[in-house]
Amino acid sequence: MANTLDQLVEQVRENRIWRSIFRSGTGASNLHRALFVQQNVFLHLFSVKARKRTVGFSATWYLGALTFGTFLILVITGILLMLYYHPSVPQAYADMKDLQFVVSSGVFLRNLHRWSAHAMVFLVFAHMFKVFYRGAYRPPREFNWVIGVVLLLVTLLLSYTGYLLPWDQLAYWAVTVGSNIASAVPVMGSKIRFLMLGGTAVNANALLRFYVLHCVILPFTATLLVAIHFWRIRKDGGIYAGEPATKGKSE
Amino acid sequence: MSDPKDFVAVLDSDARRTPRRIAFITKRTSPQVRVKDEDRVMTYPEVFFRAAVAIEVLAIALVVISLRWNAPLEELANPMHTPNPAKAPWYFLGLQELLHYFPPVVAGVLIPGLVVMALIIIPYFNINVEAEGLWLRNRSRRLRIFGLVVVVFCIFLAVFDVWVALAPTIIVAAFMLLAARTDPQTAQGFQQWLVRKPLSFWIMTWFLVELFVLTAIGTFFRGPGWSWVLPWRA
Repeated sequence: MANTLDQLVEQVRENRIWRSIFRSGTGASNLHRALFVQQNVFLHLFSVKARKRTVGFSATWYLGALTFGTFLILVITGILLMLYYHPSVPQAYADMKDLQFVVSSGVFLRNLHRWSAHAMVFLVFAHMFKVFYRGAYRPPREFNWVIGVVLLLVTLLLSYTGYLLPWDQLAYWAVTVGSNIASAVPVMGSKIRFLMLGGTAVNANALLRFYVLHCVILPFTATLLVAIHFWRIRKDGGIYAGEPATKGKSE
Repeated sequence: MSDPKDFVAVLDSDARRTPRRIAFITKRTSPQVRVKDEDRVMTYPEVFFRAAVAIEVLAIALVVISLRWNAPLEELANPMHTPNPAKAPWYFLGLQELLHYFPPVVAGVLIPGLVVMALIIIPYFNINVEAEGLWLRNRSRRLRIFGLVVVVFCIFLAVFDVWVALAPTIIVAAFMLLAARTDPQTAQGFQQWLVRKPLSFWIMTWFLVELFVLTAIGTFFRGPGWSWVLPWRA
């Protein structure tokens, strides 16, 4: 049975249509495994081989991969939530109530988005400290560290802009506190606050601006930077492995 | 100097990876031979599989959490009614705690700006890249500078009544002193580990402890009017 299944998979992968889409053919050789990564527009961000020392759990605790995992969950649940959400006052809050009482699994969807967002902020911080304590920011990886710091800020902004969208008391006053801090910037503080809120107070304009930032501008920025972040790992010589091994391989 | 173990013979069936080379190295005349190549695994399937499993486990954990606990939702936003306390999201509560002691331009603009700047420039300083143990050279001179900086900083925090930031500073400074008083030649275990830590390690660890303490206090121990409360009494 397994044999026929394997044969079937192989037939599909050798198929002319399949080959026209995916380029790399079938086979279990290292060449084919390398082509699988190298010939794919998304996967080619990664190197074809990785040092064995960097693959185990202890090297990275998989914190970067887990952060990316939360991002994927957030994109999927976020798109589904957008189907039920109007960025207007007070309809936004009514949509929260609809998610709670009308939409199938609406509460679950919102919970998953909310808790994943918290998890992502936590994981980004954890990833940063792990990278620092391993010394993985060292040349030639300086700029990837900088991209990481920018991604930390983008993550915080994503979480912060999302915080306003339910339009409940929690959201409203958290964003009021935050936007008051923005007005403390010397010289142009009130201008920045006005630009941020689209007015002098947190109101419907602010909700619309935060919605656009949260659903369009910041996710696209994050996606772009994540792609560069991954690609730079390959370009900078793979995941940092610490000091090069000086001891010979034991036979 | 040269040890027989420095020379390693490798047998490998993969001609692409290990072209056949034979080297005869005698003990006295040879340079050290170090193996630079190390074991590699194919990204597909090994790395992708591990990443997929890790993400899968995380997803299951988040699904379980989402089934068990509901996201908070309060009443409709009301500009006329300010809740007390009005709190930012948890990751900003460290900053909000500082806002309690310093004017907004310091706690809300200057400190976060400096933190971001400091994070960005970390890899561009050779002192961080070389990561030499802080106390391994010029110990007495560095101790004087360190003492001066810590005392001035502690006085500054005390003047503004920022006891919550002062306590972690003193704890980290105490560990630094312990490292400074450790003899790197004879030290064992934890002290041996501590004495080799560079300046960047100490600053980052201090930042991590402050971040943790301030965020925890802002999240759990602050109530109406930003007064102290105990989380289990709230």
